[in-house]
Amino acid sequence: MSAIRYSFGADEHVFAEIDEGMSLEAFFKGMAICKELEKRRIPGVSEICPSNASYLVRFDPDVIHTDKMMATLQEIEAQIGDAEIDLPTRIVELPVFYNDPWTNETGQRFRERHQDPNSSDIEYTARINGFKSIDDFIAAHSGAPWFVSMVGFVAGLPWLYQIVERSKQIEAPKYLRPRTDTPKLTIGFGGCFVAIYSVRGAGGYQMLGITPAPIYDPEQKLPYFKDFLAVFKPGDIVKFKPISRQEYDRDIKAVEAGTFDLTFRPVNFSLKDFHKDPGGYSRRLVEVLYGH
Amino acid sequence: MAIEVIKPGLATTVQDVGRPGYYNVGIPLSGALDQYALRVANLLVGNDEGAAVLEASLLAPELVFRAPAIIAITGAEATPKINGEARPRNESFAVKADDRLTFDFMRSGARSYVAVAGGVDVPVVLGSRSTYGLGALGGFSGRKVAAGDVLPVGQPRPGARAGRALAGDLAPSYPKSLELRVVTGLYFHRLTDEAARTFFEDTWTVAPEADRIGYRYRKGRPLSFRERKQPFGAGSDPSNIVDAGYPYGSIQVPGGLEPIILHRDAVSGGGYAMIGTVISADMDRVAQMQPNNLARFVAVDMAAALKARAEYKAREARLRALLSA
Repeated sequence: MSAIRYSFGADEHVFAEIDEGMSLEAFFKGMAICKELEKRRIPGVSEICPSNASYLVRFDPDVIHTDKMMATLQEIEAQIGDAEIDLPTRIVELPVFYNDPWTNETGQRFRERHQDPNSSDIEYTARINGFKSIDDFIAAHSGAPWFVSMVGFVAGLPWLYQIVERSKQIEAPKYLRPRTDTPKLTIGFGGCFVAIYSVRGAGGYQMLGITPAPIYDPEQKLPYFKDFLAVFKPGDIVKFKPISRQEYDRDIKAVEAGTFDLTFRPVNFSLKDFHKDPGGYSRRLVEVLYGH
Repeated sequence: MAIEVIKPGLATTVQDVGRPGYYNVGIPLSGALDQYALRVANLLVGNDEGAAVLEASLLAPELVFRAPAIIAITGAEATPKINGEARPRNESFAVKADDRLTFDFMRSGARSYVAVAGGVDVPVVLGSRSTYGLGALGGFSGRKVAAGDVLPVGQPRPGARAGRALAGDLAPSYPKSLELRVVTGLYFHRLTDEAARTFFEDTWTVAPEADRIGYRYRKGRPLSFRERKQPFGAGSDPSNIVDAGYPYGSIQVPGGLEPIILHRDAVSGGGYAMIGTVISADMDRVAQMQPNNLARFVAVDMAAALKARAEYKAREARLRALLSA
């Protein structure tokens, strides 16, 4: 990775591009800088937003001068350097009903906007990534866990990046023209990212399935919304668990009854250990979920 | 005291100074798009300058006051009327129980503000009463107001009185054609030399898609991005980047066609290259542009952006001195 590229967003923002391309290294560096910046509690800094391979800071130049703001970020970059970074975080299992009827129906309504009008989104994504069947694709997609690498676009919408070697990354283009509709809680996929649509709305990502678990709720009804109205934060690790129609229906009933819950477990992620043995490291991460 | 909504207008929401601190989870700043007009409205009725008001967009609402109150109307040039009789803008006045507020059409400007002494008293959510519609958060039930809604009003301050007015040069006007100052940067280098020039040469027209999320402009020449092998994880279009955070006021050009300035209900991030950012001092002026108004973008450096900001702040200070007396 080369040096970070800094740019002012007029008088109230600094944008820092760690790298042009997505990688775990770029994501980790951005997270580390944002965490250090948060820790310093600098007066005038109002927003610290890590995002994939970059980060964004909003500040009040009447409180901290633009030059001082820039110098502070560069100083933090130098302090962190290329040190091996460990990320203390948490892991959660999220149920997904892949290849479900609702996102398939929505996909059918917008077929003329898709690269391949004769396939469903999941068939297309599986095929162009060289999988022999949808089941093989689901096994890969739900096998290794994913990092929440950014939260945004709209309230509580997480972007996720799979914790596998570059050669195993799944990739897919976005729709040729965006849809005007996407069901709430759709598991979308575009570029190399999953996006979980926290609210219903427009979207251009391939639709792979749907989760029964609400991830954004201003009314904070379920137990896991106790502390905040959005579930995910950058740095969280998510393992997708394929579920059947029966399991999906059961979960939806539990959501409606207010008894549905998600379990988060603390975990420490070491990039160095991951690189030594990516497959084994992923498996060990997931084992944390099941109490091994 | 309460305000009853008879007709909601096009998009009328409760707004205040906004909700900073949650952009990292996709919850934008929100708050009045024209922050200056918000402060004027509140100071005229003796409120804290950041109290919650009603923001009307393009087509103003019809409201009935259920009890006597002191109110003030600021923002777009649209004559307010009480029971059909014209009232001044930028001046506080008294209304009686059952008085009906209507508006003429907006001759210039796109946002009107209705402040009432005591402020609109909806619940505070994450530190603000502002409405964030996409997230169904804050404001009145997380949405724009609808016919039949009854909006609670807080306790007026002792200083609230009728007849407080804005002095001439502190009252803004809203020209139909203006210059917006932009600091280039972010992914400006991705534009071709020609696009980097024509963006500033052309006159752009506000599109009908101009709302609290963003302002879309059209009728300038299309902007091309430099061809390259797209980086891993960015989309296939040359206007795509690896999804990143969007500054408020940043300008993106999906597909190189129509520039969009993100405003206070911004989508917080995405995969379109941003080519620069409108300076903070010009964001109120963006908010008051109507569809079909004209804009030219003017490149300025940071020193000019900070100077414009200082002038904006000085004007705010004069406003406070005048209206707090």
